Amino acid sequence: MGKTLFAKVWDAHTVRTLPNGQTQLLIGTHLIHEVTSPQAFGMLRDLGLKVKFPHRTFATVDHIVPTDSQVEPFADPLAAEMIKELRNNAVDFGITYFDLSSGKQGIVHVVGPEQGITQPGTTIACGDSHTATHGAFGAIAFGIGTTQVRDVLATQTMAMSRAKVRLINAEGKLCPGVYAKDVILHIIALLGAKGGIGYAYEYGGNLFDDMSMEERMTVCNMSIEGGARCGYVNPDEKTFAYLKGRPYCPTGGSWDAAVDNWKSFASDADAVYDDVVNIRAEDIAPTVTWGISPDQGFGIDSTVPDPANAKSENERASIAEALEYMKLPAGAPIKGTKIDVAFIGSCTNGRLSDFREVAKYLKGHKVAAHVKAIAVPGSQIVDVLCRNEGLDKIFSEAGFEWRGAGCSMCLAMNPDKLVGDQLCASSSNRNFKGRQGSPTGRTILMSPLMVAAAAVTGAVADAREVFEVRELAAV
Amino acid sequence: MEQWVSAMKRMALEKITQVSGPAVYVPGSDIDTDRIIPARFMKCITFDGLGEYLFYDVRKNADGSDREHPLNDPRFKGASILLSGVNFGCGSSREHAPQAIYRYGFRAVVAESFAEIFFGNCTTLGIPCAVATAEDMQRLRAAVEADPAVTVTVDVDNNRVFFGSENFTVSIPDTARDALISGHWDAIADLLEGEKAVAATAGALDYMKS
Repeated sequence: MGKTLFAKVWDAHTVRTLPNGQTQLLIGTHLIHEVTSPQAFGMLRDLGLKVKFPHRTFATVDHIVPTDSQVEPFADPLAAEMIKELRNNAVDFGITYFDLSSGKQGIVHVVGPEQGITQPGTTIACGDSHTATHGAFGAIAFGIGTTQVRDVLATQTMAMSRAKVRLINAEGKLCPGVYAKDVILHIIALLGAKGGIGYAYEYGGNLFDDMSMEERMTVCNMSIEGGARCGYVNPDEKTFAYLKGRPYCPTGGSWDAAVDNWKSFASDADAVYDDVVNIRAEDIAPTVTWGISPDQGFGIDSTVPDPANAKSENERASIAEALEYMKLPAGAPIKGTKIDVAFIGSCTNGRLSDFREVAKYLKGHKVAAHVKAIAVPGSQIVDVLCRNEGLDKIFSEAGFEWRGAGCSMCLAMNPDKLVGDQLCASSSNRNFKGRQGSPTGRTILMSPLMVAAAAVTGAVADAREVFEVRELAAV
Repeated sequence: MEQWVSAMKRMALEKITQVSGPAVYVPGSDIDTDRIIPARFMKCITFDGLGEYLFYDVRKNADGSDREHPLNDPRFKGASILLSGVNFGCGSSREHAPQAIYRYGFRAVVAESFAEIFFGNCTTLGIPCAVATAEDMQRLRAAVEADPAVTVTVDVDNNRVFFGSENFTVSIPDTARDALISGHWDAIADLLEGEKAVAATAGALDYMKS
């Protein structure tokens, strides 16, 4: 009987069974950032412990960095204190740190792949739920809490229960104007925000095979929004081609050996799954959310649901709560909903191909007068790559503010925040109440091109109509 | 080795077999960790003081005055068991959420289901999370709202919740229950003990050497 990639990686990293029945799992790569690590280092100091494998621990700063100017000192003394804390911890414990001055700083889930730190057949943990992103390379990557960050720092292991594996098998070709973001929003709407609890998601089938590495990252990134602890795509030639020559990848003779090893982790053809879900690519429309949970999403041509038509009391209450918060009338088309802010960026959609695809269509258009639009590259390297191609100018000329790298308005721990009940068309990953920094701020999740369409028309729009998208994305 | 022995001593943990106290019901499905503790309160380098920001944006108006929320209802002041709906604690992995819950004064959570990372974070802090059916939750909610002083007991050892003259079965995964009742909910001592086995596992993986 064949094994899944998840089973192979899990088995290779199993240290032993703990007294309570959980597995002590070796975490090969530990990524840390400024928000969820300081308390962990504090606990480490209290216990008199050191970092067990400092050479397998990598740090960067992303959540709290301002994106308008990255010149220190920052206006926010708390943000300055958190960066200082991370710098000190990196020095004290001998950890590689991609600081603001390194030219390599960025969102931790953009930096890991970019540096070639993220590799197939490995385990990765980070105190951030979007760690699932790294699964795009065939790694098993978990978001963890701060006490577990301490555990991984101190022992390079953590206590975990083995997940079941659900194959999400998607076949077919996406229609023009439909992107990886639409695919994952569609999957989450279909299976629910808690549908993946207890599962790792394996994204298989020709749709995911055909995707670029950056598209696979977009899909794996939002596994957690579907309740799955992690998600992955089996490594293939595209994976190896992406990694070759990256700073932390093997070179020379060790490269070939590494590729052979990586290949061996891919799920076997006769692997057995705990569950299989089949999806047809042609069924996926440009998808947007209408509520306050990422599973409250639908195709752009849909109308806002009516609580009166709910199938259960729970569903009725959820819809009613969402519509009250979003200030959307039941039964109204989502298309045409006026927006105030447009945000392109985040660990979901802040990579070169995201900006490239939008720039292709944005040229010659202007952001609507009432819309504040910001474009935030996911890393300093993404920023440079975009600038080299002149993409920043295309965005600026259209009326977007081109910013420095960071998490920015995805979670608004820096100055990029919604004000009052502003509505944001956002390429990020969460539409929770208050997520974008204002307790009454509203978020509609969508692909980067859909954000651009909303920005130029000033309202939620179908990018296929606004930009006359006729060709398939080649990103 | 000496290091972990000293760590073990500091880590002598309470065996959590049952938790009792008054309860409060916070209605809603998919209550995410951003709602439990908004991101701006994570600009801190310790968890101290997070309790006062629990559910801040749904408890407070922009001017800091109270909004209608069960935690602002004087009848439920002093509650130590938190009750809620489906997929409680979804979203961000921030441990700040269970830390805020604990520091506010809660010692157990009973809900219709939990998001996984949140559940793990709670267990690691010694906060039992028990899953009840929707019907049982409504029974418990009604009892608590009729008499906020009623003592609710989460019997971790026996997978049951007791209140007044009533009780029902809850589910707590075996691994979490074992960890709680044996006083091993903070895994650090056990993980440190596996040091030699860790070296062997790491030694067999090429990438651990680079």
